[in-house]
Amino acid sequence: MVRRIEIALREGLRDARGERIKREIQHFLHLPVDSVRTIDVYTVDAELSEEEFVKTASEPFCDPVIQVWSIDRPLAAGFDFLVEVGYRPGVTDNIGRTGREAIEYITGRPLKAGEGVFTSVQYLLSGNLSRTDVELIARNLLGNALIQRFAVLDQAEFAANGGVSAYVPRVQSQSEIQVREIDLEVSDEELMRISKDGVLALTLDEMKIIQAHYRDQQVREARQKLGLGAVPTDVELECLAQTWSEHCKHKIFAGTVHYEDDKGNRQEIKSLFKSFIQRTTKDVREKLGNKDFCLSVFKDNAGVIKFNEDWSLVFKVETHNSPSALDPYGGALTGIVGVNRDPFGTGKGAKLIFNTDVFCFADPFYDKPLPSRLLHPRRIYEGVVEGVEHGGNKSGIPTVNGSLVFDERFAGKPLVFCGTAGIMPATLNGEPGHEKSIKPGDLIVMTGGRIGKDGIHGATFSSEELNENSPVTAVQIGDPITQKRMFDFLIRARDKGLYRFITDNGAGGLSSSVGEMAGECGGCHMDLAKAPLKYPGLDPWEILISEAQERMSLAVPPESIDEFMAMAKRFNVEATILGEFTDSGYFHMVYGDRTVAWLPMEFMHEGLPPMQLPAKWAPPRYEEPVLPAKEDYTADLKQLLGALNICSKESVVRRYDHEVQGGSVVKPFTGVANDGPSDAAVVRPILDSFEGVVVAHGICPRYSDIDTYHMTANAIDEALRNYVAVGGSLDLVAGLDNFCWCDPVKSEKTPDGEYKMAQLVRANHALYDVCLAYNLPLISGKDSMKNDFYDGATKISIPPTILFSVIGKIEDARKSVTMDVKRPGDIVYLLGTTGNEMGGSEYLALRGGIGNIVPKVNPEKALKRYRALHMAITGGLIASCHDLSDGGLAVALAETAFAGGYGIAADLGRVLWGDADPLRNDAVLLFSESASRHLVTVRPENRDAFETAMAGNCFSAIGTVTEEAAVAITGLSGKTVVNAGIEELKEAWQSPLREL
Amino acid sequence: MSKTRAIVITGNGTNCEVEAAHACRLGGFDDAVIAHISDLLSGDIRLDDFHFINLTGGFLDGDDLGSAKAQANRLRYAKVDDLEEHLIDQFSRFINAGKLILGVCNGFQLMVKMGLLPAIGGSYLKQTATLTFNDCGRFQDRWVYLKVDPASPSVYTGDVEQGIYLPMRHGEGKLVVDSPATLAAIEDKHLAVFRYSDAAYSAPTMEFPLNPNGSVNAIAALCDETGRLMGMMPHPEAFVHRTHHPRWTREELPEEGDGLVLFKNAAEYVRKNLL
Repeated sequence: MVRRIEIALREGLRDARGERIKREIQHFLHLPVDSVRTIDVYTVDAELSEEEFVKTASEPFCDPVIQVWSIDRPLAAGFDFLVEVGYRPGVTDNIGRTGREAIEYITGRPLKAGEGVFTSVQYLLSGNLSRTDVELIARNLLGNALIQRFAVLDQAEFAANGGVSAYVPRVQSQSEIQVREIDLEVSDEELMRISKDGVLALTLDEMKIIQAHYRDQQVREARQKLGLGAVPTDVELECLAQTWSEHCKHKIFAGTVHYEDDKGNRQEIKSLFKSFIQRTTKDVREKLGNKDFCLSVFKDNAGVIKFNEDWSLVFKVETHNSPSALDPYGGALTGIVGVNRDPFGTGKGAKLIFNTDVFCFADPFYDKPLPSRLLHPRRIYEGVVEGVEHGGNKSGIPTVNGSLVFDERFAGKPLVFCGTAGIMPATLNGEPGHEKSIKPGDLIVMTGGRIGKDGIHGATFSSEELNENSPVTAVQIGDPITQKRMFDFLIRARDKGLYRFITDNGAGGLSSSVGEMAGECGGCHMDLAKAPLKYPGLDPWEILISEAQERMSLAVPPESIDEFMAMAKRFNVEATILGEFTDSGYFHMVYGDRTVAWLPMEFMHEGLPPMQLPAKWAPPRYEEPVLPAKEDYTADLKQLLGALNICSKESVVRRYDHEVQGGSVVKPFTGVANDGPSDAAVVRPILDSFEGVVVAHGICPRYSDIDTYHMTANAIDEALRNYVAVGGSLDLVAGLDNFCWCDPVKSEKTPDGEYKMAQLVRANHALYDVCLAYNLPLISGKDSMKNDFYDGATKISIPPTILFSVIGKIEDARKSVTMDVKRPGDIVYLLGTTGNEMGGSEYLALRGGIGNIVPKVNPEKALKRYRALHMAITGGLIASCHDLSDGGLAVALAETAFAGGYGIAADLGRVLWGDADPLRNDAVLLFSESASRHLVTVRPENRDAFETAMAGNCFSAIGTVTEEAAVAITGLSGKTVVNAGIEELKEAWQSPLREL
Repeated sequence: MSKTRAIVITGNGTNCEVEAAHACRLGGFDDAVIAHISDLLSGDIRLDDFHFINLTGGFLDGDDLGSAKAQANRLRYAKVDDLEEHLIDQFSRFINAGKLILGVCNGFQLMVKMGLLPAIGGSYLKQTATLTFNDCGRFQDRWVYLKVDPASPSVYTGDVEQGIYLPMRHGEGKLVVDSPATLAAIEDKHLAVFRYSDAAYSAPTMEFPLNPNGSVNAIAALCDETGRLMGMMPHPEAFVHRTHHPRWTREELPEEGDGLVLFKNAAEYVRKNLL
């Protein structure tokens, strides 16, 4: 029986959701809408008694204080147009899932197979609108046609029809489960067609390697015994495509690069990953000797370092760019709940303690035409921010650190970096918490959500550029509550030692998780018919590669399985035994009693020869901007404070719970009015201890326009200087790199591949050089290499971007320092030297220039200074400390002053100059972004102790904190070059994104 | 029971259980047990064995049917294994035994939607108020000043002089009541324990962001007429040490945070009245 339950707000009550939609219609679409009201609709497809329907509608679905309910009687009235937005078949409907459970509690019996609850929302629009207007509103604002369907009715149609007809978005299942065989004995063109049409993202060479495998006589004979033909099944081909995808295999980082620099020097690099990233960690750990704190690097879902004798820290940052481009909300929500599973699935499992987010978008106020298929940057901004808000807040994990970065090229693909840290016992049931193993005979168990057609081809699709034909199945919606229930259960199972191995189901689904787990013991045997499905009708290959969310794969020893399954049932978590791990050497998939895939483990994991990648570096040359000297730079400073990359992101940050779990020490905002921008976060994960975790990051894609070596060096330095600014220890700090690149493989579509590849090589050079100098081991990371949009006519490539995150420790969180000036009379010091390094700066960007002289990092000098600063901080000598980054000294002075509520008087003549004298001028001193600098304030009575602590380093007293609430900067001529009240500076900084 | 025992109920999306239990211990409870709802439904843990229930912040069932609605339904209809009772029966017994319940944020939302607050005239399980979407239309994490009503019967706030400063972190914190009579009763009986106010705790305010959600009469917390049941949107467990304060690096603050007093008073009440 299908019935519609409608829930509307009582007369006269404010409809906050409707008001928000109204504002957005006016703002985005400039359409004349007078009012928007909303109604929630639950389409219930279940055999319930009348009494049960009434109870359902009136109790869990309706809040009697503010709402009214009806069954099969439309509540809508007094509108011009009605739009009802519901999900398409098979799309995750979290509210529907909760509604279903609510009914089951009421009736005391489970809903039957095929029964369900499906939600939709009615928008009642009034105003002088045409049907075309309303369809535009529906498509562009109220929903996303990829995952949602719309019904649009005007009042007459509504009346004639007696309301909106009940519609159940049931997945139409195909009649027969199929396993196809794919003949690869075809022409090269045909091979490529198979790859392209199937979204396999396999190259011709890779297709030929697979072709050759199936030509092998021994393979054919062995297959025959299992009833398999001489050609691959779709299950096998899909499995290989996932396993060998750029997303899973990191072929570019594993390939052989032939690099030539601008002087003609040649270098052959066998695997950038091994040669630079892994080697960085290896060499740093050797340098650290017995002070090495790394526990598990690169081999697991996340990196693990020591926190103290009893606890270990786990950290991972991921990207979810391509799905977020198609469906910003779902893509970003899946991104955050997806990265949660990485630390959770590391070692034997970790409790999650915080999230970090960094988003790169195009200007949300972008007003030029966009290529088809690209969503407007503002929609991406809104959707991503909301998706991560829901994923993080609902999971109960504080979001403590992040950034928003803007560049027009991110219109081609937004970057959505989500990071999660966890904490695990150093020892669990007598074994190190970060280690795990599998024994043949252990059972393959999947827990959490069910499998549907969602997320099919996610791994392969994100290994290609975004284009007209990007598959809609790659879009998914996360379900934080199902995941949280699973985590609640698994952490208890972990403590009881009920499983031996855990990993997450991410890209590639079971093919990837079980494929990798099978590598631990040498094989597996799994029955895909046993997998729990959201709806019937999935073919075996779909079951194997679906990326449906909220699932973990485990190896459970047979002796623990009964207790494990009983506990899962009690926690209301679905757990299914799918097969067992073996040492057969084969990845063996059956469907019932039929073998559907039989692949040698060695071929799956080692069968791919390295890519050959040419790289040629030719430094770009830009026109060197000429900056006319000015008498007064106050207006320039205000303009910079309002630049998207510098201005306050408070409207976004306040939407993220940054305090849940009760360990917050340095929050995202600080200062006299709780609105100054903190440099880094400090949290206490163990509430009865004052040991703190410090997390920070650096990101500066603009410098890539000049040289990715220095972009990378500056990103690392920015992360570390932010970390040091709040008090992070230099003896226990690790790095994590996320590369987001545009396609660097030379091809017809990418004629400048050699240059982009050279940019990648240079970034790796810097990563090694700077991390080694800073003693920063890299503990984990990720690369996303195809961040381009191409529709055959327009190509948009993102600027090569590295997000460098650092995580470490502060021994006593009570020694943390914040960035706001504390009281008048304190002395203002600038640590580090300033040079003529305006290339890639925000100041030049505002003038439409790039320049050529990019800031360069001297890590040896900087590290010595950072160590001295750390001693001064832990010695209690520092009142405030703020890093200098985008916008240089002038921006840092303004931020630190208005955060603290006092003024600063500073003299540019006292800034240490580290460059040729003729280049020294007010503009450069104010706005150059030279690396490794901090602005600190010190109480006068601590002056001598501070200067003694800093002796031997570059630093200079450049001014004082003043009672007068203005930033007054004296130029080289002795005249004032900046003079503005802190309130007007703060307003310039706060206003641009305040309303978003 | 010779010990003061607090229970923190968790599961299905509660988030603040660890810090709530920590606050109970700091406040003086001998035991603070974090119990998963599955432990209650299986009968392994019974509310009867505790003096103080903490219903903590979080996103029960993702706020999917409106905040805490699904949990209110679960508590009403879910049966405890092996016992011929619903979980709600244990709650009623607990209240009748004169014990304490504190609901914070999602816990407060649960209490009003179960009808445990304001429960005018002792009519528990009849909903007369709700907490709905903030007027600003967004989830907010910010700190708020809470002016105390010194005449309230709340057992948690006895020695709070003017008010306390705490973080709020919610999207649905606007209190709405079903009728003017309910509001009049809340005011007459001094059940609005805390109201959003200015920094000097001089007067309640409807001004954003001091009042972050537009709650009627600036109400941030309610208690029942016994003062033993209290719910509040801001988080007392999130300010138990000075380093929780957003300005601890610039102000001279006592070691203890403002929120701890509620847990201390709860423990004190239990010791005096329930042991």
